[in-house]
Amino acid sequence: MIQEIEITQLRTLTELIKTRFNYDFGNYAMSSFKRRIQRILELYKFSSFDALLEKINTCDKKYFQDFISEITVNVTEMFRDPSFWVELRENILPNLLMDNQTISIWHAGCSSGEEVYSMAITLKELDCLEKVRIVATDVDMAILQKAREGAYSIKNMELNAKNYERAKGAFSIDKYYKEQNGKAMMDKSLVKDVIYREHNLVSEVSFGKFDLILCRNVMIYFNQALQNQVLKVFHESLFKNSYLIVGSKESLIWCEIANKFTVVNNEEKVYKKTKE
Amino acid sequence: MDKFNSIGNQYKAIVIGGSAGSFQVINKILSSLPRDFELPIIMCLHRLRHVRNGFVEALNIKSNIEIKEPLDKESIKKNSIYLAPANYHLGVDIGNTFALSTDDLVNNSRPSIDILLQTASYVYKHKLVGILLSGANRDGASGMQKIAERGGLTVIQDPKDCLIDTMPASALKLTTIDYSLNTDGIIEFLLALDKSIKSVALLKNE
Repeated sequence: MIQEIEITQLRTLTELIKTRFNYDFGNYAMSSFKRRIQRILELYKFSSFDALLEKINTCDKKYFQDFISEITVNVTEMFRDPSFWVELRENILPNLLMDNQTISIWHAGCSSGEEVYSMAITLKELDCLEKVRIVATDVDMAILQKAREGAYSIKNMELNAKNYERAKGAFSIDKYYKEQNGKAMMDKSLVKDVIYREHNLVSEVSFGKFDLILCRNVMIYFNQALQNQVLKVFHESLFKNSYLIVGSKESLIWCEIANKFTVVNNEEKVYKKTKE
Repeated sequence: MDKFNSIGNQYKAIVIGGSAGSFQVINKILSSLPRDFELPIIMCLHRLRHVRNGFVEALNIKSNIEIKEPLDKESIKKNSIYLAPANYHLGVDIGNTFALSTDDLVNNSRPSIDILLQTASYVYKHKLVGILLSGANRDGASGMQKIAERGGLTVIQDPKDCLIDTMPASALKLTTIDYSLNTDGIIEFLLALDKSIKSVALLKNE
């Protein structure tokens, strides 16, 4: 059993990572970051925390990418929080499409892409998939590759199907995938125009303007200082009167520039940028 | 209340874990606490992952203090009761705030009692009281072990008093437990603890 990790040890690790690989984990929420590191120690069978430090000090970029994949939380599901997807289908998207010929959507921290498929399916059923430009980003290149492949575990499809049904999907989710080698292969035509790209919310700036940004259950892994910084990036990346959605138990109220947003739906955490 | 005379007054928070068979117990406890109960109580009760509403409302019917499902980064306040929301792990972070996570299931559960107990004991150390109630799996046992290791106080619902005793029995097997109590005993304990905490506050005011 490995000794409990101390906060000072975590600081040493984040400093080392910053120096060697220019990734900054210094502002990650402590409790979950510590748990992810503890998990890596067990998964890779490190004998001690110092052994991990030594490895990070000498490893190559490829190994570090694997490390990143283990640090970032990639548990997700299609149509997570079905009531949110109903709100999106019945209010947010129709509102946006009433005022605009085309709209653009950013999935920030898209993970393995389930949320992107949920969006594409919703848009398709509203018969407006062609009017929407979607950009999906994540810090983890390996998970972006998974998102591009759109092959999910069959075992998860039961939950996904249930969520889809509760989200008032028009058909049955079977319509959108084929079973192949024990995997649910999603219908790629849904995402043929989606741009998947690497983007680090922690260190990178805005790269375009959007009508809708989804960043659900991503900022919970950041501390308040980093949340403030990321919200500024989102603010810059939104047109006036466009929407930002966060996870159902997240809140912007403690962020510095919260006053530039108004709450549209508190239950589903839908915010609107109302001030430049 | 003599048997709880020696309870210290260093405590800063109470964490409670419960699963199958704990709903009635928790209801009885909540309805027995005074409106001005001092310490924050943080509860992780196993619940349906995809039913977001209804649970906290049901608990609030009997409770004297309003129970809230905390938001991520919300501050933990005195005289408050919190419930882990559906489909999130609830943790405590440094700075006395809540930290939510959508990380993998732990012990087949999200929220997981172990995660709450472990993160809370990391932050509060010997100033934490952990209470584990009736339940059908082992979630919470390793969290209770952490609380004990860091000098916190550990309380279980007496396995004989449980509808399903797997959860407290697993904790008892794994670590030292300070008190094994039936439901009324837990209530008596909490009232004595509150008295002890308030007596310090009184002294400070004088």
